[in-house]
Amino acid sequence: MTTPAIQHCNDFVIKFANVNGSGSASANELFARAIIRMGVPVAPRNIFPSNIQGLPTWYEVRVSEAGWLGARGGCDMMVAMNPQTWDRDVAAIDPGGYLFYDSTKPLPPSKFRDDITVLGIPLTAMCNAEYEDARQRQLFKNIMYVGALLALLDMEFASAEQLLVDRYRGKDQLITANVNALRLGYDYAKEHLPCPIGLTVKRADAVGDRIMVDGNSACGLGAVYGGATVAGWYPITPSTSVIEAFSSYCRKFRTDPDNGRARYAIVQAEDELASIGMVIGAGWNGARAFTATSGPGISLMQEFFGLAYFAEIPAVIVDVQRGSPSTGMPTRTQQSDLLSCAYASHGDTRHVLLFPQDAYECFSLTAQAFDLAERLQTPVFVLSDLDIGMNEQLCAPFDWDDSRRYDRGKLMSYDELEAGKDFGRYLDVDGDGIPYRTIPGTHPTKGAYFTRGTTRNPYAKYSETGADYVYNMERLRRKFNTAKDLVPAPVLKKAEQPTHVGVIYYGSTAPAMAEAGALLAADGIHVDTLRVRGFPFSDTVMQFIAERDAVFVVEQNESAQLRSLLINEGEIDPKKLVRVLHYDGSPITARFIAGKIADALSDRKVSPIGQPQRKVAS
Amino acid sequence: MTYLAKPKLLAADAPRNALGYTRRDYEGAISTLCAGCGHDSISASVVQACFDLDIEPHKVAKLSGIGCSSKTPDYFLGNSHGFNSVHGRMPSVLTGAALANRNLLYLGVSGDGDSASIGIGQFAHAMRRGVNMTYIVENNGVYGLTKGQFSATADKGSKSKKGVVNRDNPIDLATLALQLGATYVARSFSGDKEQLVPLIKGALRHGGPAFIDVISPCVTFNNHAGSTKSYDYVREHNAAVNRVDVILPKAQIEASYPPGSLRRVVQHDGSILHLRKVGVDYDPADRIGAMNYLQERQALGEIVTGLLYVDSSGQDMHANLNTVEKALNQLGDAYLCPGSKALEALNATLR
Repeated sequence: MTTPAIQHCNDFVIKFANVNGSGSASANELFARAIIRMGVPVAPRNIFPSNIQGLPTWYEVRVSEAGWLGARGGCDMMVAMNPQTWDRDVAAIDPGGYLFYDSTKPLPPSKFRDDITVLGIPLTAMCNAEYEDARQRQLFKNIMYVGALLALLDMEFASAEQLLVDRYRGKDQLITANVNALRLGYDYAKEHLPCPIGLTVKRADAVGDRIMVDGNSACGLGAVYGGATVAGWYPITPSTSVIEAFSSYCRKFRTDPDNGRARYAIVQAEDELASIGMVIGAGWNGARAFTATSGPGISLMQEFFGLAYFAEIPAVIVDVQRGSPSTGMPTRTQQSDLLSCAYASHGDTRHVLLFPQDAYECFSLTAQAFDLAERLQTPVFVLSDLDIGMNEQLCAPFDWDDSRRYDRGKLMSYDELEAGKDFGRYLDVDGDGIPYRTIPGTHPTKGAYFTRGTTRNPYAKYSETGADYVYNMERLRRKFNTAKDLVPAPVLKKAEQPTHVGVIYYGSTAPAMAEAGALLAADGIHVDTLRVRGFPFSDTVMQFIAERDAVFVVEQNESAQLRSLLINEGEIDPKKLVRVLHYDGSPITARFIAGKIADALSDRKVSPIGQPQRKVAS
Repeated sequence: MTYLAKPKLLAADAPRNALGYTRRDYEGAISTLCAGCGHDSISASVVQACFDLDIEPHKVAKLSGIGCSSKTPDYFLGNSHGFNSVHGRMPSVLTGAALANRNLLYLGVSGDGDSASIGIGQFAHAMRRGVNMTYIVENNGVYGLTKGQFSATADKGSKSKKGVVNRDNPIDLATLALQLGATYVARSFSGDKEQLVPLIKGALRHGGPAFIDVISPCVTFNNHAGSTKSYDYVREHNAAVNRVDVILPKAQIEASYPPGSLRRVVQHDGSILHLRKVGVDYDPADRIGAMNYLQERQALGEIVTGLLYVDSSGQDMHANLNTVEKALNQLGDAYLCPGSKALEALNATLR
């Protein structure tokens, strides 16, 4: 071996190369969770094709006691279980890294590199000897390599074993069979391989009370807690599991205990147009309703978004963004629906957007979206993405304030109508742009109105009068301004040293950005960061830009959509906002962000206040 | 165009229904459609049906798409909430509304352009999904608002006002509704209120997807020689299979009808449809027979009207979804939010 073997404890990246549909997912997750049970944070990510079975798939686990949860890039150890991608997988290992493979069928020496450590176990042969059933041979091969890794990485066997006990509680046969496979792999590695290798996991106390869950499940749960009772949807990657989770949680939490009947309704529509139509119909009729979709669905729903905006009907849309345009990269991540959501539909429309950064915020912001939609009587978009949505991640535990009550907004009641309160559906009574509405069936003779996408006067009567149109548009603008103070506030993080450089980012970029800030600081580059969490942008966002000489806008799309939105809404000098763009479909990394910012500052010859010249400037 | 308020004039001796309402209480804004439009006759039939059935107007939600026909819900049931949605998408909006509150009456109004072209998918899926609604298509075979183009229900060989001959095959929405699972399918003619009003009444009382295709001539663009949806053509080719009477549960007047010529269909809510046969041995309980009959008669140039099919045993969407009886939009926080303890338990499973 020409390169020293990598030696790292609680800080490395291990990657599993598998075949889609081979049952490896649960084994790989078992491995990741076993590390968490040892108190060491991990950041797992799936890299998978748009295919059911047969194509290559990878699962990456970043082990980071420091707690960095963004993608790191690189790979210290490859578990190469897919012959199809062998050459690519072997080439991906960092110099000094490790290759783990199934040595049942010997590969020629030319297939290996001389700067890595090769670790072979005859997994197929062992499984063939142990199991008769073909499916068992496949599934337990996966568990077996997890067992071997426990030994190689010096992990606690009991952590993984306990996980299997928890996972299959009540199914003793499964527990026994899985633990047996785990033990077979573990014992073989102990006996035949140099355990431990240079990569090790040591018990720590860095996980705390955090949970590991994927963002889509969290969105589904958030919809339950947010009071959604109606979901109209159409399956599309990567958003499908939002509704699947909603359905599952509804069955658990929303079934009438007396008669088993559902306190919710979920309809798989014939297409995205129908799904948003159902949401709008339900919202109009006073139910909290939502849909989940991705970029192509957003495109199809545009006309309805305009109707809901103009007719002022509450609706919640969870958009789990993926590679675009067109069919794009359906199983890869991007943040490229920002503009198509912010200004969705023809004409002068503006929509409220929320930007969760992780699964916790997928839960909390989805729940909040229903309050906002009813308060503002308008569509509210939760802009998640594949990286947050389909990957499990460590996040704060879900919490809920039991004293919280749903904000149903300005609903005029039977009693108010009966008391003679003036009801003008589009009348701006309070000066905040938000009118009062009534729900069908409220009163026999008062408060009924006709909802339409055409222009109307403040009393909802059809009108083509210019003054009525202008009144309406100005009121909608006032309402949008009101929303500025209702959406979640941005999160400001000041640099340790004074600086006139800022960074704005949002959503799934957050973990990489946090780490990038630390990397830059280590190099003497200090940046203040602002994570926007909602649109319309609050005044704080514009103030942040105004107070700095240069602001980097970090996002995961090709055309700098967040930057465009800031320029457009804040009337900001474009020169002040510097693009940092990542859009190859993989999650952005701290290395990428830090490198781009350092390079740009070097090009601009900008030195941080009171700091010596940076090392990266050379 | 500005909204026109209808004068509130009422004769002192105007008849009142069991709720104390007059017909005027079921009217809406003044129609802005062309004088003589068949759609206005349909609006009048809706008013009459709701008045006769003692329906509380505010317990009706009326939804439509885009087009002449879709404007009409503004012209009846002024104390009902209405929704003029987007072209062809009324069925999904209505479905959502019905999901939110199963305890209102849902009336969907659409046109042949709205339902047979852009909206044919949503029409189909609302039928197969079993949405409890009355879906009325005001069918004139032409696009009125864009001034005279053929719609997808225009018969092959029929002529437009400008003399253009339609080369495409027509879509028969009644046949489609039969195939797709509607449990109440009827066809009528806007010029025949005697037939149409009871059909609407039967549909409103039906506990499932009820579809009525109403031939409604467009006086401006499709009421000329060569049109198969003109008043004259429909009157000449109308082949009624039955006449319908709707008997409410509270009424005890069944004995007043002569036995032998009736078919009696009890609906979910206890109301009874009395079908008086008109000249043919027609079985409205036979879905496949109904489809065949429609096709046979259509080939002969006849427009079959009446109650074509009814099945009172079918389940609606809410029954299929097993939802609670209480309207979902009236469930309070306590029924909806599982609370913090449930979250703590969930958190424990995610570590």
